[in-house]
Amino acid sequence: MAVEMHSSDQSAARAGWRLRDNRDWLGALFMLPAAAILLVFLAYPLGLGFWLGLTDAKIGEAGHFIGWGNFVSLAHDAVFWLVVFNTTFYTVVASVVKFALGLYLALLLNERLPFKSLLRAFVLLPFVVPTVLSAIAFWWIYDSQFSIISWVLIRLGLIHRYIDFLGEPWNARWAVIAANIWRGIPFVAITLLAGLQTISPSLYEAATLDGVTAWQRFRHITLPLLTPIIAVVMTFSVLLTFTDFQLIYTITGGGPINATHLMATLSFQRAITGGYLGEGAAIADAMVPFLLAAILFSYFGLQRRRWQQGSAD
Amino acid sequence: MASVDIRGVRKSFGPLEIIHGIDIEIGDGEFIVLVGPSGCGKTTLLRMVAGLETITAGEIAIDRRVVNDVPPKNRDIAMVFQNYALYPHMTVRDNMAFSLKMRKADAAIIVERVHRAADILGLQAYLNRYPRQLSGGQRQRVAMGRAIVRDPQVFLFDEPLSNLDAKLRVQMRTEIKALHQRLKTTSIYVTHDQVEAMTMADRIVVMHGGNVEQIGTPLELYDRPVNLFVAGFIGSPAMNFIEGRLKRVNGSVWVEAGDGTRLPAPRDAGGRDGQQVVYGVRPEHFEVTDDSVIRARVQVVEPTGADTFVYADLAGTQVCAVFGERHAFKSGEIIGLRPKVSLTHLFDAATSGKIN
Repeated sequence: MAVEMHSSDQSAARAGWRLRDNRDWLGALFMLPAAAILLVFLAYPLGLGFWLGLTDAKIGEAGHFIGWGNFVSLAHDAVFWLVVFNTTFYTVVASVVKFALGLYLALLLNERLPFKSLLRAFVLLPFVVPTVLSAIAFWWIYDSQFSIISWVLIRLGLIHRYIDFLGEPWNARWAVIAANIWRGIPFVAITLLAGLQTISPSLYEAATLDGVTAWQRFRHITLPLLTPIIAVVMTFSVLLTFTDFQLIYTITGGGPINATHLMATLSFQRAITGGYLGEGAAIADAMVPFLLAAILFSYFGLQRRRWQQGSAD
Repeated sequence: MASVDIRGVRKSFGPLEIIHGIDIEIGDGEFIVLVGPSGCGKTTLLRMVAGLETITAGEIAIDRRVVNDVPPKNRDIAMVFQNYALYPHMTVRDNMAFSLKMRKADAAIIVERVHRAADILGLQAYLNRYPRQLSGGQRQRVAMGRAIVRDPQVFLFDEPLSNLDAKLRVQMRTEIKALHQRLKTTSIYVTHDQVEAMTMADRIVVMHGGNVEQIGTPLELYDRPVNLFVAGFIGSPAMNFIEGRLKRVNGSVWVEAGDGTRLPAPRDAGGRDGQQVVYGVRPEHFEVTDDSVIRARVQVVEPTGADTFVYADLAGTQVCAVFGERHAFKSGEIIGLRPKVSLTHLFDAATSGKIN
């Protein structure tokens, strides 16, 4: 450069250069958009939810901080505890059945079948149909007067009266669980199928030569190699089932006598329909420990097993 | 240990026949190498012996028992796969013990067999490791250990060394051969590498396009290839082929190349005067002499230290010559080359079969 710089200018320029050359700085810059999206659309609503749970806010009223008040009153609320039971029952039964049937379907679809790709497309159907649409279909299937299930069973002479699927608490519970299973199986089956396809065929051939039976092959080769995928799928499945809203809201609306209310639907009912934002938020907050437990389960389930690790001694 | 007899075996996938009737008799304790270019059907044949592929026609007998309808696990064979097919979630010990465990063998016997195999293969220090924690050569050894533990009648190897680097491949080659000399188990070994075939085999089966081209000991195949394919496949660098016309005049026999170069043929060579032939001479069977009538123009000289490879234009064909002594020819230089007449080969240009 032709112009001589003062030493202080020079050091400032050098600092500027250093900042421009610093890759950490550049990295942080590139992360800003993602961080902004997370802050605005994830962290803020979550924080607001927690805050609301600690207030007595109602629709149209800002509310005041009342500490653990909402949680204390929920702890004495029989409906809340019924809903906790409903949600746990719903999640456990639906997840177990989805896993069992999904794995079974995945194993079937992994065999050499005629029209394999067509069958795989069919399996995905329940997943593709919008939830509300399929929920309305189930609503009809379970209708007390027009239920096709009752109609068929009566025609077959197996029963003499229409079944009141959605009017009896336990009937209703099993009915919405069945709907959730129907809808959730494709996700489990297709993901597990993807996992199955990563298992090298030569392992099965080696096992065949090693003289395993079909059960031994499943028990000693397929299942252990599939566990990482199973951990992922089941974590997601449990999270999605536990927070289910659409199916219940459309099919039963939580009835009869709160028998199918889940925490998500109760939270909605109290906060939006009933207007008690603070209490609804508190119910939603109460889901967090359960979800955290599920995430911890996945954290330990997902941890790389020793056999997956690299060549460290 | 057992013999393996392959009789008239054919294999079709749908309407496409890829193995066209193969007969091989493998003696008790023999080390047989199936060699050929990719797609020749060698791996399919091996998998039929293993029982991983069905046999379309013909029969395969192990220890004189026809096994066409015997499931793989009852054929008493063990196979080493190209990608090793080690169970990634099991330690070396469990990998080796797996088949015995599945067959409900006695625990003491399992321990004893695994330790014996680990001793043979030098795997004692690695028994508690997972396959991921092993190098390529060690994984290869575990794969063999898994086969040894079974103590089968026949070992099958499906290109077991092709995933290893060149140096390790040479080392494992020797190890497998030494292992066979120690265990004396009948072995069928598939490879596309003719050097592996030559160095390891008791007998080689050269396959091409679903047919057997020739069966013989390594040196039989090298010295007396029955056709152009075997002649070109066995030996490295490959045999040189020069097309020409056979001439017999007054008891002397030669092949006249397209440009009139006379290539001397053995006196007792068969073939008619005027027959179109292919003249074959191995790179190592050339001599450099100034008095030779055969002149060649040097293209490239590659000194490797031990040998010198000379690529030259001879009668319009590029030939390769290998010399134990060192030559410093320049590119474009004209040299005299003389084939060792008794070691040359003549093939019919039309049928590609050997002319005797």
